[in-house]
Amino acid sequence: MSETQALTYNYRVIKQFSIMTIVWGIVGMLVGVIIAAQLFFPDLTYGIEYLTFGRLRPLHTNAVIFAFGGSALMGTSLYVVQRTCQTRLLSDALAGFVFWGWQLVIVLAALSLPMGITGGKEYAELEWPIDILIAVVWVAYAILFFGTIMKRKTSHIYVANWFYGAFILTVAVLHIVNSAAIPVTLTKSYSAYGGAIDAMVQWWYGHNAVGFFLTAGFLGMMYYFIPKQAERPVYSYRLSIVHFWALIATYMWAGPHHLHYTALPDWTQSLGMIFSLILLAPSWGGMINGIMTLSGAWHKLRTDPILKFLIVSLSFYGMSTFEGPMMAIKTVNALSHYTDWTIGHVHSGALGWVAFVTIGAMYYLIPKLYGRKEMVSTPLINLHFWVSTIGVVLYISAMWIAGVMQGLMWRAVNADGTLTYSFVESVQLTYPFYAIRLVGGILFLFGMLIMAYNTYKTLQAGPDKAADEIQDKTIHTDAIQSAASQSATN
Amino acid sequence: MSEFWNWWIIIITVVNILGCWILLIATRKMKGSDAENETTGHIYDGIEEYNNPLPKWWLNMFNICLVFSVIYLILYPGMGKFAGVLGWTQQGQHAEEVEHAKKTYAPLFEKYAATPITELSKIKQATEMGKRIFVNTCFGCHGSDARGNPGYPDLTDKDWLYGGTPSNIEQSIINGRNGVMPGFAATLSAEQVDGLVQYVGKLSGHQVNESKAAIGKIAFDQQCFVCHGNDGKGNQAMGAPNLTDNIWLYGGSSTTIAETIRKGRNGAMPAHSELLGKEKIHLVTAYVYSLSNK
Repeated sequence: MSETQALTYNYRVIKQFSIMTIVWGIVGMLVGVIIAAQLFFPDLTYGIEYLTFGRLRPLHTNAVIFAFGGSALMGTSLYVVQRTCQTRLLSDALAGFVFWGWQLVIVLAALSLPMGITGGKEYAELEWPIDILIAVVWVAYAILFFGTIMKRKTSHIYVANWFYGAFILTVAVLHIVNSAAIPVTLTKSYSAYGGAIDAMVQWWYGHNAVGFFLTAGFLGMMYYFIPKQAERPVYSYRLSIVHFWALIATYMWAGPHHLHYTALPDWTQSLGMIFSLILLAPSWGGMINGIMTLSGAWHKLRTDPILKFLIVSLSFYGMSTFEGPMMAIKTVNALSHYTDWTIGHVHSGALGWVAFVTIGAMYYLIPKLYGRKEMVSTPLINLHFWVSTIGVVLYISAMWIAGVMQGLMWRAVNADGTLTYSFVESVQLTYPFYAIRLVGGILFLFGMLIMAYNTYKTLQAGPDKAADEIQDKTIHTDAIQSAASQSATN
Repeated sequence: MSEFWNWWIIIITVVNILGCWILLIATRKMKGSDAENETTGHIYDGIEEYNNPLPKWWLNMFNICLVFSVIYLILYPGMGKFAGVLGWTQQGQHAEEVEHAKKTYAPLFEKYAATPITELSKIKQATEMGKRIFVNTCFGCHGSDARGNPGYPDLTDKDWLYGGTPSNIEQSIINGRNGVMPGFAATLSAEQVDGLVQYVGKLSGHQVNESKAAIGKIAFDQQCFVCHGNDGKGNQAMGAPNLTDNIWLYGGSSTTIAETIRKGRNGAMPAHSELLGKEKIHLVTAYVYSLSNK
């Protein structure tokens, strides 16, 4: 490695992941729009087996979580860990391996899922050879991230890295345990667990995928990009300590609330429920810390659409993490479970929180990576903000109403003890809400296309000042010294 | 649950709840002044951190959640083998609800269970009840309108595979039915299959190729008559369909009929005696009977 390289950050891998975040975002959300349309127009894809709902739905979830979300997390974590540790990534070759390895996983998923090759576990559908590849790439990613932390030039580790670190470690454990399977052929395997234990392992994985992939990881993103964009100090260091440890300890327990009133033992259900309830507090701790970081700079919300994305993402985060604990209460769950309410809840988190914070971070990051002060068009960011906000609100309110309606219809009983409605009647009444949801989804996808256009124009325009000054690739030793002296005096 | 797992669960649960609480107390008493707008002194890539105190309302919320959880674990199962003070179980809750339903609705169901089907099928309340059970149980195969699907009979017409008397229908629901037609690909030539398609079409009154149909008739009289009868009118005792009424369970196109002959068919109606119980089956029977006996 040359002398100059050692003194600069590795932006290449960040650029790669950032661009792919937008690409996979569009792909994943397009598949989402297609399956939302299939619920309204059941014959949309002419019964072609590769395009049936059952095969496209896991493609949608895998694409938005692991391709869009995964690229965003890997890209931003590798950026944040370099910047806040003031050191270059452990190894450029390893960074390249992580990027290309992860893209290979995504392409294999995009091919195998429509072909009907699936392990059948929700959010973990990919078959065993791909699972092994994921494990290898993930371990490489962990070595890259923690190796970079080990050679940091700062004395302390910034809070964003705690969250990214927890996300990386836990996802490795979750993936390896839940994907344990006995292969039968190259494309078919059976879970290593049986019956209720298999279901519990699956939802221990499933809910922690939400907790660590879609929450802890994106909280890491939040902790860097909000103070950066707001140019304000983080609100409370001690709050970040409490909510970090409470969050990661409590999330581990929440899985059983997916299995209320099933063959799962009562004690497991109770523990899942109470820890889901406790989870409300640490979750809101993160929201408070993010939103209050803006105190003293509230006026920036009026003019800065990037901050709007970031702050509104926290509002949706707060809303979903209130809704989640409520839905984990057995009596509420008895109404909400198996209805579209769950779909609404997931999307208020996935679109409102995960996608919004990612979009905000990308609008901050992309110009920096390509030597510009900002994106070429701020009005387009603003347009993107409003289009996607309307999209999310349409989506989640349609699913809330539909879900509560379904729950009430399914439990309605006549005076003679027979059920008041047949299942198909509830489907029929859900139609208008499927239409509204489809419109919401299309708006959100349209927002992503605006982002892609804005990014394309920004890349085309090229650097707008002396590249070194803006790009800030050089690791400034004076900054390191000042940080070192700061911490020494502390 | 073994002693080990019992204590394992109790200990990690206590450690986790207590841990949250200790964390709150420790952080609240953390060194450093509580003055607002004082940073910790760390700078990361230009980011500084204040060390504001934990918001009071948030602390209270956290504590309320913890207290609620402790109370819940005293009242309900959760702490390993400990069943909870209330003695609640989900099986118990279910049994209670079933008991309540039985008490409330039993008189009505018992009254109708004692009424003959032919009479019951004319009582509006009874057929309505039968219909509600039907549309939530039988709809998957027969459709919410009972008109069936390919392979699943239409229950609104007069054609019955196993007979349409009240007791025939009730038997079909209680014990289920297995309709098996063997495949003849190995025993019949392509010419014979083709001939049979024509002959079977002729039985149902279609315009057919007469010379081919004649070949088909020979094969029919050698093989098919065993189940479907000499006249092709079927046999309800074994569920062999009537081939002369132009009603087709799996479809009446020549391609589908040829496929049926070559590959055979397996029709299965599951038994519902365990699932529904005899009172409900009695009502569903009345409803199904009423569909073709207005």
